[in-house]
Amino acid sequence: MIFRILDKKDLKKFYDELASKNKIVGPVRIGTDRNAKPLYAFEPIVDFASMRLDYTTTKLPAKRYFLPYREDLASFRIHGRDWQKDIDYHVESPTVLFGLHACDINALNKLDKVLMGSVYPMPYYAAKRKNMFIIGIGCEPQPFCFCRSMGSDTVLHGFDLFLTDIGDAYFVEVLSATAYHLLEPVSTREPEEHDHVRYMTVVSERNKKFTARVDTTDLTKILDMEFQSPVWKQWGDKCLGCGTCANVCPTCYCYGVEETVNIDLRGAKKTKTLYSCNVIDFAEVAGGHNFRSERASRLKYRYYHKHRGFVEAYEESLCVGCGRCGEACLAGITVPEVIASVRGEEVPA
Amino acid sequence: MNHSIPFTAIPSGPQHGRFRRHDLAMFEYSFKAEITSVHRLTEMENLYRIRIIDPDERTRFTFKPGQFVMLEVPGVGEAPFGISSPPSSRGDIELCIRKAGNLTNFLAKADRGMRVGIRGPFGTWFPMEQMHGQNILLIAGGLGLAPLRAPIGYVQENRNLFQSVDIVYGTKNPSQLLFTFQYDLWRKDDIGMAIIVEKPDPAWQGRVGMITKVLEEMAEQRGKAFYENASAIVCGPPVMFKFVCSMLTKEGIPMQKMYVDLERRMHCGVGKCCRCNVGSTYTCLSGPVFDFWSVMNLKEAI
Repeated sequence: MIFRILDKKDLKKFYDELASKNKIVGPVRIGTDRNAKPLYAFEPIVDFASMRLDYTTTKLPAKRYFLPYREDLASFRIHGRDWQKDIDYHVESPTVLFGLHACDINALNKLDKVLMGSVYPMPYYAAKRKNMFIIGIGCEPQPFCFCRSMGSDTVLHGFDLFLTDIGDAYFVEVLSATAYHLLEPVSTREPEEHDHVRYMTVVSERNKKFTARVDTTDLTKILDMEFQSPVWKQWGDKCLGCGTCANVCPTCYCYGVEETVNIDLRGAKKTKTLYSCNVIDFAEVAGGHNFRSERASRLKYRYYHKHRGFVEAYEESLCVGCGRCGEACLAGITVPEVIASVRGEEVPA
Repeated sequence: MNHSIPFTAIPSGPQHGRFRRHDLAMFEYSFKAEITSVHRLTEMENLYRIRIIDPDERTRFTFKPGQFVMLEVPGVGEAPFGISSPPSSRGDIELCIRKAGNLTNFLAKADRGMRVGIRGPFGTWFPMEQMHGQNILLIAGGLGLAPLRAPIGYVQENRNLFQSVDIVYGTKNPSQLLFTFQYDLWRKDDIGMAIIVEKPDPAWQGRVGMITKVLEEMAEQRGKAFYENASAIVCGPPVMFKFVCSMLTKEGIPMQKMYVDLERRMHCGVGKCCRCNVGSTYTCLSGPVFDFWSVMNLKEAI
């Protein structure tokens, strides 16, 4: 891996170079929540000053730039009995995603495994992922972050550049040739030993700030053992089945497909809409039978997929510990609490 | 210095005219096909003969018994259906479809000549080659005979490769019996046919009861040796295959030699949408055909 040191005052120059030719999406402040805390979101950036690289977290992940909430998979031109199917992946140019935290890059790496693996890779996702230039940025752990338990507090690949604030400069990891060439016109230097020391100090200080934890030891087996545990019913009784957790999750990818006829009757569309396994009709089949009609069984399924099924398939869980679901849940259900209760640990009421 | 980031184009259409699992361009590709005939089987089910129009694609389309396709009617919907014809039919497949939802009710009104899209074939299959030289039990409940007709066709075409072959078929009432026109043909290929209904009508002269009753009779007639050299294919509702497979396990068929066909509502067919997950297993990728041991280990399958 190639490391460089970029003076903080030169970041704007780098941004301006990038922005002159490319679309940029990054964290901006969009308002204040009811506790007067700032709210952030990933939005197209118009000028460097509006970008808030010191953002805490975003309510919604950057997922919508890879998996739009709603996307047309195909359109049809209908003429008489015949029809023509047209397929478009909806990507015309590359985009720069500026300022993604390690958890969110890890989320993309997890999505890559299922959406770009060897078994039926999904071109709609691949077209966006391959045309996204990702600049990661170090973060400040929040009280709800349990990424360290999920092994997602640092990221090793899946980005082009990663910036870590070491005081008056950024410690830069350069991961792609494109990134290397883009940095050339900006003045950077080789890190020296004292930069390494500064980096390591920053990292170990950060590690001390994590408070939320999840014990994942033997979790796949424990989930199997506790499949009939009464705790699922307790959580199911609290759950509203609204699907917010999946909406704010950076790794949830499930969807439904629907076809509609255009109003002129000369065309039709096949549309994919992101869905949630907590929504009542997720596992309903034609004829009306519902394999998971209870909220508890749907909530349980979500944990099974993330912490057991995905682990079985890819040796890692489908959760990065960003804590967004717990923050957004209207019923106050959080992953650390659910997993602790399944493990038979005391959960504060 | 050029500061624009290079663009990576992804092709959208068949690149080599071949269906490959790892090919991005094949993800949403449909074979255009035409309904060549609609055969009314019962009040609720029709048998559709569907032919891939392009002759090249038609001959290249190969599948194994037990696999399914995604059938698409533009503007109406897309849903998974198990193929009901033997693999030798290639791109000239038959699908047995019950009126149940939007798409299937639309299809019930379809005429021959309608053009539909076919994606696939997808999923696992009944490993017929591994069953060569054995006794075969083909057990279906209700609509379960639809996917079973693919392995039945395979057995008919390769009758010399199997020992004794029996179809055991049960429905609620006689009017629901599917493929009645084929029973005599199957018998003539030396395939045993045992049919049972739960609720007979006045004209019914056959057996009455649950499907397990037939299996009990069979177990009395045939010895341990029969079951030790047997494989079973079981299609039907979960309660049925649970009882049937437990019974057959007792008679001596090993769990890994019994195959069941699970049904879920897939939206993609290719392991992405998660709608067909059982426990955390994708029915579309790891199934729809599972051996009984695997099904036993699936949470919420039975």
